[in-house]
Amino acid sequence: MSTTIIEVKASLDHNLANPETRQSALSSAQITDYDHRQTVGKITVDNPKMICRNVNVYYAEKQAIKHVSLDIGANEVIAFIGPSGCGKSTVLRCLNRMNDTIPICRVTGEIRLESEDIYDKKIDVVQLRARVGMVFQKPNPFPKSIYENVAYGPRIHGMVNGKAEMDELVRASLERAGLLKEVDKRMNEPGTSLSGGQQQRLCIARAIAVNPEVILMDEPCSALDPIATAKIEELIDELRENYTIVIVTHSMQQAARVSQRTAYFHLGDLIEIGETDQIFTNPRHKLTEDYITGRFG
Amino acid sequence: MVTSLFLSLLLLSVGAYYLGRKRAFTVANGHIRNLHSLPSFYGSYTALWCLLPALSIFALWVTFQQGFIIDLVVAGMPPELRNLPPDQLNLVVNDLKNLVSGNFVSSAPDPAMLAAADHYRHLRTLGHTALWVTVLSLGILGVVHAWRAISPNLRARNRVEQVVNVFLIASSTIAIFTTLGIVLSVVFESIIFFQKVPISEFLFGLQWSPQTALRADQTGSSGAFGSVPLFAGTLLISGIAMVIAVPIGLMSALFLSEYATPKFRAVAKPALEVLAGIPTVVYGFFAALTVAPFIREIGTSMGLHVASESALAAGLVMGIMIIPFVSSLSDDVINAVPQSMRDGSYALGATKSETIKRVLLPAALPGIVGSILLAVSRAIGETMIVVMAAGLSANLTANPLEAVTTVTVQIVTLLTGDQEFDSPKTLAAFALGLMLFVVTLILNIIALQVVRKYREQYE
Amino acid sequence: MNKTASSNPLQRDIKTIVNAGLVRRHAAERRFRWYGLIAVTLGLAFVVLMFGNIISKGYPAFWQTYIQVPIQFDPAVIDPEGKRDSQALQSADYAALVRTGMRRMFPAVEGRMELRALYGLVSSAGALDLQKRVLQNPDLIGTEQTIWLLASANVDTLIKGNIDRSLDETLRPIKDDQIGWVDRLQSAGQIEKQFNTILFNSGDSREPEQAGIRGALMGSFYTLLVTFLLSFPIGVATAVYLEEFAPKNRWTDLIEVNINNLAAVPSIVFGLLGLAVFINFFGLPRSAPLVGGLVLSLMTLPVIIIAGRAALTSVPPSIREAALGIGASKLQMVGHHVLPLAMPGMLTGSIIGMARALGESAPLLMIGMVAFIVDVPKGLTDPATVLPVQIYLWSDLPERAFVERTSAAIMVLLAFMIVMNGLAIILRKRFERRW
Repeated sequence: MSTTIIEVKASLDHNLANPETRQSALSSAQITDYDHRQTVGKITVDNPKMICRNVNVYYAEKQAIKHVSLDIGANEVIAFIGPSGCGKSTVLRCLNRMNDTIPICRVTGEIRLESEDIYDKKIDVVQLRARVGMVFQKPNPFPKSIYENVAYGPRIHGMVNGKAEMDELVRASLERAGLLKEVDKRMNEPGTSLSGGQQQRLCIARAIAVNPEVILMDEPCSALDPIATAKIEELIDELRENYTIVIVTHSMQQAARVSQRTAYFHLGDLIEIGETDQIFTNPRHKLTEDYITGRFG
Repeated sequence: MVTSLFLSLLLLSVGAYYLGRKRAFTVANGHIRNLHSLPSFYGSYTALWCLLPALSIFALWVTFQQGFIIDLVVAGMPPELRNLPPDQLNLVVNDLKNLVSGNFVSSAPDPAMLAAADHYRHLRTLGHTALWVTVLSLGILGVVHAWRAISPNLRARNRVEQVVNVFLIASSTIAIFTTLGIVLSVVFESIIFFQKVPISEFLFGLQWSPQTALRADQTGSSGAFGSVPLFAGTLLISGIAMVIAVPIGLMSALFLSEYATPKFRAVAKPALEVLAGIPTVVYGFFAALTVAPFIREIGTSMGLHVASESALAAGLVMGIMIIPFVSSLSDDVINAVPQSMRDGSYALGATKSETIKRVLLPAALPGIVGSILLAVSRAIGETMIVVMAAGLSANLTANPLEAVTTVTVQIVTLLTGDQEFDSPKTLAAFALGLMLFVVTLILNIIALQVVRKYREQYE
Repeated sequence: MNKTASSNPLQRDIKTIVNAGLVRRHAAERRFRWYGLIAVTLGLAFVVLMFGNIISKGYPAFWQTYIQVPIQFDPAVIDPEGKRDSQALQSADYAALVRTGMRRMFPAVEGRMELRALYGLVSSAGALDLQKRVLQNPDLIGTEQTIWLLASANVDTLIKGNIDRSLDETLRPIKDDQIGWVDRLQSAGQIEKQFNTILFNSGDSREPEQAGIRGALMGSFYTLLVTFLLSFPIGVATAVYLEEFAPKNRWTDLIEVNINNLAAVPSIVFGLLGLAVFINFFGLPRSAPLVGGLVLSLMTLPVIIIAGRAALTSVPPSIREAALGIGASKLQMVGHHVLPLAMPGMLTGSIIGMARALGESAPLLMIGMVAFIVDVPKGLTDPATVLPVQIYLWSDLPERAFVERTSAAIMVLLAFMIVMNGLAIILRKRFERRW
């Protein structure tokens, strides 16, 4: 057992140093063995949309994320849970390279969207972020009209020809975000005039207007009241049909309600990952158990 | 003389402080506990009694002494001098003052004037002596009064604090008095001006030539006072300045806050702000001696006629002066846009420039407009650059290569050199000053309001 | 993209669509970045250009040309009666000594016009220089000395290479004969450039080589002294009142609005105020540093008040509560605790305000501090001018030597600005506190 680990680690290190040969390093079984050293549970899925391997994140000299590896399955909702400061949001922001906007932040390891390494030099973040959308903790509609908020993404990417198509796209996105009925008559009012829950759904509509493959949600309900939260959770469930969703949440109930798989982070380590039911009913790691039984968090 | 008396009085009050403190110890029988306030307050109380009455008399005396002495001297002059009309009498008094201070006089002094000068000197010496005696004895009287008033029950701290409070309140009203002073001084002179020149001619007249009468039926004693060409010139030069300053200032602010590395920003930002610290007279010198000849040379080589005091040169240099003003104000405004707006846009796959153009700028627009208005007001009121680099003759044109004049240039030209205070020429400067004050005030109020509204939006 | 795709926009393949626009969008991004970089570069280029321009014009003014002349201190000219009477020594015709010396160097020169041209090589200040030497040391009388006399401005300009020798003689301020003499003197080592002490030691003059900035410097000093003595205490008191004592009502609102607006009123309007109120109404003397200081202190007040309030708000309320909690009166709390903590910030603001006042000239033109004044002012009511106004006055004069001196005066002014602003920055860094 121990020799295997050392060998795999050596080969990983070697391959990370030579990006050309990275591809081959990802032949599954061995890696699972290696990662079991830290992470409890099965990190792989049959039909992965995104794959993270040995991801490390540093803020200046401080290491915030340590050797995280996990798969995100297509059309699944995966929840990242853990106490504050455990790095769940940091991992999330790695998935569409939002960490690039922080100058002192450095990411190593490998993250793939389908078959492409998203940290590859050839990858354009513009394209990546169009494919991996994001919804933030605090609703952040632009200081523009509701219509313009939703039309923003399609407009910058040149997705539609003409006003009629744009109207159609905006309405379809709002419809999908469950907001159309509420704002149909007030498309030209500023996005900031909506209530908090509506604003957050507007932000979701804004994200899905670009038709991304993956949607990242960073504690999307933490600033909302319970009714608005329920609506968003319902929406997330519906969106699963068309999108892959990664949601960071500090609410275990929410994770249990909306997700199929759950990953538990602790101080920058991915401690345990598995089916949501199993994590909440039968956690295998001591830390996970302590957290979900409320001993800390 | 005045200074030495002031210093003596200060010295006296320092002595009074220690005296008062000592007295407090004495009346308390050495136990501070018996006193209402700390001994130092008794000291301050005594010092204030020494200073305040003496100082107020001192100030009044210094203000009125000269006028009083001149009245006395004039009263003592021979009747043929005394009964001169007021403006000639003024000249005589001026000659007298020059004679007394030992300067050269316009003509050889006649005996009457010499006698008057002697009289003046005599009165002045007398006055000074009396002032010394009065002020110092008042100071001492004050000390004596305080000395006798000091008892353990005297609420010295409250008294001293009352005085300090009055001083604080008085200080804070100075800002009001300054505004009032500005308004009154320009409004009064302007009213006199508008009695001589109709306000409609001033506001809508197309001719400005305060020096000579152009038409026989001209109101006022001389010249034409249509201010339109001045405002047109001011707008032309300010417009050129804004064309330079707004794009450069705004783009620099955007580049420094969104693109530049922290290291580059740490160097470039203060370096740009150096421009804001350079005195305007230096810009004027640069405009008149370097930029204007340079523009003229280029224009001539292209076969254009360029005036040696072209509006372009003044406007260009004024624009350079305003760059840091626009950039630091826009920088504040841009930084006030929350990071979450940028994140939202980047997360949708927008590039930096798309985020700036479509999210940041629209969000920051009110603030930026506010700062541009402040910059315009600064440009309109700017004086030295245009005095040194713009023309003197009022010229109603939109051609930046020609010479134009501005409101501030005319104020300076009308008021430097000899002035008679009731000629329309001098008074016109105050009318222009009034217009300038009103226009910049309106711009400032609007701008400050817009910027404040904008700040509240993100707080 | 086909028709079926557009029927449901949400079904489109985002990857292809985005890829199609990427080249164009990245080009736009680079372009925008370049605009920004160009703007910053232009701004920085202006800074460099102005400083370069002024320094290159001004630095020669720190050196001044002198001509070595053999001077015979002839007793017959200086002190014919031999009594060493100071009155006689003072009024003697020293210019004659200079003329004799010049003639002795060039004995071949004859004719009134030629001689006058020859005498024109040295400045008229030479006679004063000799007078001073004799008054200091009467033993010089009867001796012969070689003395470095100040050259005239034209010679100075020629030596510094700022006169085009190829120009036609009539277009040059200095004639062919004179150039010949200067060249001879130069090859004989009798022309030398020395550090220009006159620039710092004398007042204004019509002769460029004798003009200095001492008068203007002293004028600036007295003006700023008045400004500081008035605006600092009043500004601090206002800031303290508004921040610590004032009730929040319409009156204090009015004061606040007033202060903010005053900070943006054009400086020339303050000049009008000074002229109408201080000079015409109160009858204070024109051109005096006292009035200049009054006007500038009204202008500086808003700056000090705004900086002072910012400094006061940065003192945490816990300090105030602690002081009040142990029974200090409100005034004691402010005087003993809040004010000392806020003082560095207030001083920083004041220094920046004073630096601005130092560079201000427009309002001073209004109150007559723009006269040609030779004497160095000795008090607050003497007629004076200030450094920026001196620059303005000199910049109007056509002589090349004055252009040089103007630039030199600007360098001195900028040096003062840099020192003051540097001081403010050091003060801020040194006493900066994070609560």
